[in-house]
Amino acid sequence: MNLRRLPLTREIGLGVLVYLYVPVVVLIVYSFNANRTATVWTEFSLDWYRKILANPSIREATWNSLVLAAAAGIGSTLLALAAALGTKTRFRGRGLVEAVLNAPLILPEVVVAVATLMLFVAIGVELGMAAMIPAHIAFCIPFAFLPIKARLDGMNPSLEEAAQDLYANRLITFRRVTLPLLWPGILAGFTLAFVTSLDDFLTSFFLSGPGSTTLPVYIFSAIRAGITPEINAISTIMLIVSVALVVTSFLFGRMRR
Amino acid sequence: MNSAPSAIAVRSVSKSFGRGDAMVRVLSDVSVEIGVREFFTLLGPSGCGKTTLLRLIAGFEELDSGDILIDGVRVDHLPPFRRPVNTVFQSYALFPHLTVAQNVAFALELQDLPRAEVRRRAGEALEMVRMGALAARKPAELSGGQQQRVALARALAPRPKVLLLDEPLSALDLKLRKEMQIELKQLQAEAGITFVFVTHDQEEALTLSDRIAVMQGGRILQLGTPREIYERPAHRFVADFIGEINLLEGQVSGHGKVRLDCGAEISAGAGQAAGARVTVAIRPERARLVRGGVLQAEVTHVAYLGTATIMQLRLADGGPFLLRAAADDLPAIGGRVQVDLPSDALQVFAA
Ligand SMILES: Nc1ncnc2c1ncn2[C@@H]1O[C@H](COP(=O)(O)OP(=O)(O)OP(=O)(O)O)[C@@H](O)[C@H]1O
Ligand SMILES: [Mg+2]
Repeated sequence: MNLRRLPLTREIGLGVLVYLYVPVVVLIVYSFNANRTATVWTEFSLDWYRKILANPSIREATWNSLVLAAAAGIGSTLLALAAALGTKTRFRGRGLVEAVLNAPLILPEVVVAVATLMLFVAIGVELGMAAMIPAHIAFCIPFAFLPIKARLDGMNPSLEEAAQDLYANRLITFRRVTLPLLWPGILAGFTLAFVTSLDDFLTSFFLSGPGSTTLPVYIFSAIRAGITPEINAISTIMLIVSVALVVTSFLFGRMRR
Repeated sequence: MNSAPSAIAVRSVSKSFGRGDAMVRVLSDVSVEIGVREFFTLLGPSGCGKTTLLRLIAGFEELDSGDILIDGVRVDHLPPFRRPVNTVFQSYALFPHLTVAQNVAFALELQDLPRAEVRRRAGEALEMVRMGALAARKPAELSGGQQQRVALARALAPRPKVLLLDEPLSALDLKLRKEMQIELKQLQAEAGITFVFVTHDQEEALTLSDRIAVMQGGRILQLGTPREIYERPAHRFVADFIGEINLLEGQVSGHGKVRLDCGAEISAGAGQAAGARVTVAIRPERARLVRGGVLQAEVTHVAYLGTATIMQLRLADGGPFLLRAAADDLPAIGGRVQVDLPSDALQVFAA
């Protein structure tokens, strides 16, 4: 059956698109609005972008977010790579291991964040980057794990055997065959983890300390003082960075195939 | 026997997969010696353990019992990268991220050869399979036959003592397969390498091999030259599997006599006890149309092949019989003929 031929499919599809993207489009448009009231359009202006670039707390929050996302992306990708390689062959309890790895996808984040906060306070970890980085690594693991795992499962097992047959030991086989073939998956996993960390509010909110505010946390606290066009501008920049990253990694993945 | 060690010796090798109830025995007590520079073929139906035996030699699977020697040296405990054999995989397994030239140079680069020497030997190997012109391509940009050649060049480049080939031609169309068969044989003679070749195509095995091991259910049923296997099959299964053959069921009726189920009595089966059920086998080209022959038959189908005529006959009990005769011997369909079964062409298997 051809779904596109069903009555109203096109209309419903358009409706869903509008529903999904109208808020984002409005936000982007108003970030270029000269008027201070975020709901009244007067004329085009880049003022708010100039303002946020000059604002030291925003610059600090941006820097914190990028450092945190990079650390969470690298850390979770390395762990996910190890986990994917470790669960390649069958063993008892493999299903359980994979379920535990993917648990952050379904566990309520607020519960995990509060639990982590209590643990860190109990063992004396200082709130801030030192607390946020390990917590972000943990919940980013499944996002890095899934693309790597998919790539590994799709790999022809005789390629590694062929390398060993041609006198490559395990390390050389990994470096010259497995890793290059996994590369698109690793990149996709890193990007997803990076973007997920960049976007996180809850965990950062609980675990950030003075001087380690991230952008989402900054936006949240700023918004309590009222919605301003600055927030629209920051949000637009975050959106562009995230989309650009995902698109780049997607294109790169296609190129390598 | 000469004193030089065989290229490969497989001694009482057994192998099972799985555990407990799910355990399957794939190879049972397999022994074989393969000579230096021999073109040796493992032939058998799907699932008989050919690939498993090859993988044991290459080192991708571990033995349950027995041992394997390459060039007189035990290799049971050596990983694949320490064994002086190379494999041409059924799926070719070319590295998709490397060019043809890089694929072929892969093993050479790991051998601490100078760069120029790597390039020279990779080029040589590619020339050997006439793929020099496509050295800069990626495997995905090659046809099946071209990939097959690259896989061959890649395995030959490090000059292994033994080349293991797992149905390397099965993905090719008939015409290309025939061409590659000839090339393989020439290549083997030129390079002076021992080939262990896996196929389930009996014609391919007969054409290429110095010796064939016919396998079934994890055992080697018969080991011999193509001629021995074709002319003196040791088992009913081998007779049936190799080439075309007529299998006639019957019962030993007296000393050296067999009463076939179609009614005819023939001289055969000496050494079998009276009353025993037997199968009498004869190749289509060894049976002859002769007036007064022992089998009565009706012609059901005639195919003129130019060099010969293939006749489908129906025996008195309704059973089929295939006969190959000179090209000008053309009986009419529906006509009655008599067939002689020369006793030196008969083979008798206990049922
Ligand atoms: N890793 C494995 N685990 C379990 N069973 C296996 C494994 N490898 C092979 N087998 C079984 O062993 C038997 C022999 O397999 P093998 O691949 O050696 O057959 P083959 O003779 O090469 O057949 P084909 O002509 O189809 O390639 C088959 O029944 C197969 O299912
Ligand atoms: Mg096989």
